[in-house]
Amino acid sequence: MASITLERVVKRYAPGAPPAVDGVSLSVRDGELVALVGPSGCGKSTLLRMIAGLEEITEGELRLDAERANEQGPRERGLAMVFQSYALYPHLTVFENVAFPLRLARRREEEIRRKVGEVVALLGLEELLDRKPGQLSGGQRQRVAIGRAIVREARAYLFDEPLSNLDARLRGQTRTELARLQRRLGVTTVYVTHDQLEAMTLGERVAVLRRGRLQQVAPPRDLYARPVNLFVAGFIGSPPMNFVPAIVDGECLSLPFTRVPLPSELLRRLPPGPLIAGIRPEHLADAALVTREERGRGTTFEARVDLIEWLGDAQLAYAPYDAPRELAETIRSLARELDGEAPRTQLVVSLDARSGIRGGATARLWLDPRRVHVFDPRTGESLTAASSAAS
Amino acid sequence: MRRGGRGAGWTVGAVLAVGWALLPVAWILSLSLKAGDDVQNRRFLPTAWTLESYRVVFRSALFTSALRNSIGVSLIATTISVALATLAAYAIVRLEFRGKRLVLGMALSVAMFPVISIVGPLFDVWRSVGLYDTWPGLVIPFLSFTLPLSIWVLAAFLRQLPWELEEAALMDGATRWQAFRRVVVPLAAPGVFTAAILTFLFAWNDFVFGISLTSTDRARTVPAALAFFTGASEFQHPAAAIAAAAVVATVPVVLLVLLFQRRIVAGLTSGAVKG
Repeated sequence: MASITLERVVKRYAPGAPPAVDGVSLSVRDGELVALVGPSGCGKSTLLRMIAGLEEITEGELRLDAERANEQGPRERGLAMVFQSYALYPHLTVFENVAFPLRLARRREEEIRRKVGEVVALLGLEELLDRKPGQLSGGQRQRVAIGRAIVREARAYLFDEPLSNLDARLRGQTRTELARLQRRLGVTTVYVTHDQLEAMTLGERVAVLRRGRLQQVAPPRDLYARPVNLFVAGFIGSPPMNFVPAIVDGECLSLPFTRVPLPSELLRRLPPGPLIAGIRPEHLADAALVTREERGRGTTFEARVDLIEWLGDAQLAYAPYDAPRELAETIRSLARELDGEAPRTQLVVSLDARSGIRGGATARLWLDPRRVHVFDPRTGESLTAASSAAS
Repeated sequence: MRRGGRGAGWTVGAVLAVGWALLPVAWILSLSLKAGDDVQNRRFLPTAWTLESYRVVFRSALFTSALRNSIGVSLIATTISVALATLAAYAIVRLEFRGKRLVLGMALSVAMFPVISIVGPLFDVWRSVGLYDTWPGLVIPFLSFTLPLSIWVLAAFLRQLPWELEEAALMDGATRWQAFRRVVVPLAAPGVFTAAILTFLFAWNDFVFGISLTSTDRARTVPAALAFFTGASEFQHPAAAIAAAAVVATVPVVLLVLLFQRRIVAGLTSGAVKG
C-alpha cells in the first residue's frame, strides 16, 4: 500500500492552452478512499490518468509514498485501475482476464490458479470462468474488471467512473459491494465519479473539482454541512440546495419570501449589498408539522406552492418566486453549470410524507435560520462556512 | 405473385453471373482432363477422362521447381509484408509524429505505380547487383507493392480497436511491447489475415515480375513457367498440360481463401465484443 501525494499538479494538452487540471494539491493517505467528484469536463479523469501514468504531468509533482513518480511509466508505478468501459480483453476468458496481471508478472501457474480462485470467489464469478467478456452482462463485466485490478497487490487502486455504465438498480447494489470490499481490503483508493451520491457514500474524504481546480476536500458530512462556495453547495446534496437572493436589512437577512433573523456575530461579517442565501430543501418544513418549541426558534412564512411531487417517503414542493435580475442571472448560470437544468428561481422544499400541503395553494413553511448558508455573489465564497452557524 | 417473380429473377441473375464467372474455370478443368487429340475437338466434356496431363505436369522439372519457387517466394513475401505492415500501421494509428499523413499518402501512391513501368529499370539494377533470377529478387518488388496496401488495411483495422484495452494492459503491468503482442495483435488478427491473403494473392498471381526478373528454374514462378510449357512430346499441343498446371496453381489459392475466410469471420465476431 502507498500514499499518493499531488503537489500543484497542472495538465496542459498544448503549450499555452488553458489547463485541464490547474494546480491541484491533494494527498491520499495510506489505506484511504478519496472520491474525486465534479461535473463532466472538470478534469477529474485527467487527474486520475496522471496518477496512473497514462497522461503526462505538465507541471507539479506526483509522489507515491515519498518517492517522485512523474517520470515513471504505469508499470513502474504499480497501481491498478478499473476503467469506465471496463476494458476487458475480448479475446480472453474471464479466468485469463483476471489472471492477466499475474501472467505478466510471471507468477507460477499454481499461484495464479490460487489467487484467481480467491478473487473470483470474493466477487462471485465462479460460474463464469470460461466465458468471454462478450457473453457477460454489464454487472458481470464490471466485477471481472474489479477482479483484474485486485488480483495482484497493487500499491493503490484507481477507479474511473466504474458504475456509470450500469443501470440505476445495479449501480446502487454494486456501490454497496464496492464500499464493503474497500473497507475489507483496506487499500488506498482514488475513486472518480460525476455522481455526488456515489462520492458521498463511498469516500472517506471527497474532493470536489471544478474547471480543473480543487474546490474543497473534506469528509462527506463536512462537505454537506459546510460547503466553502456556491459550487460545492449546489453540487453536493439531492435535491440540490436552493439559492435565493438575499440582502442584509437591519438585524435580519431579507429573502424574497421572508425575513430571517441572524446571529449578530454573523451579521457583522456580512458585507452590504446583494448576497445569495443557500437553503437545503430538507431544512425547510411544513410549519404545521413543526413542534411549537422548534417553531419559536425558526421563522415561519407563506409561499405559493405550484406543484407537489410525491416520492413515497417524502414530498417535494415547488414554490416559484421573483428574484432581482442581477442575482437571478448568477443563480441561473450556476444551475446550468451544475446540471444543465432550467433556471432555478424557485424554492424546492422537501416535505414530510404526512404533510397536507397541496399544489396550487398557499402554504405555511418553516425555516431554521441556523441552517441558512450565505454566499458572496461576486466570488461565490461562503460567508458562513467558517462559523458554526450552518452545522 | 410479384414477390415470387422478383425472387425468380434474382435466382436466374445469380445463376447467370456465377456461370459466367465459373465457365472459364470449368473449361480449363475439363481441358486438363482430356486425353491427347480430344483437346481440339470443340466439345465441352472430354470423350475419355484421364489424369495423364497431371502426371506430365508433375514429372516436368520446369513445373515442380516453379511450384517450389512460387510457394517459397509468396510465403516469404507475405510473412515479411504482414509483419512490417502491422508494426507500421500500429505506429501510424497510435503515435503522433510529423508527416504522418505524408507517409500514408506516399505509401498509397507507391501502390498506384503501374508494375510494368518499373520492370525495365529493375531488370538492369537486379542484373548489376546480382539479384536477377533469385528469390530475394522477386520478394523485394512484391514487398514494395503489397506493403502499402497491407498498411492501409491494417491501419483501418487498428483504428477501430479501443485504445483503453492497451492502457488496461499497461496498468496491468505490461510493457508497451507486451501490450502490443498480447492484446493488440490477437485483436487485430482478422485484419492481419486480410492483409496476408491480399499479399499472398498478389505474389502468387504475379506474372510481369516473374517473367522479367527470372531466367531459370532457380527462381521462375508458376505463372511465368506456364508460358514456357511444352507438351509430353514436341509434336503434341501442350494445351492440356498447361490447363492441368493452371488447375494445380489455382487450387492452393482457393483453399487458402476458403481457410482464411473462416478465420476472418471468426475474428470479426470476437473483435466486435468490446470490453
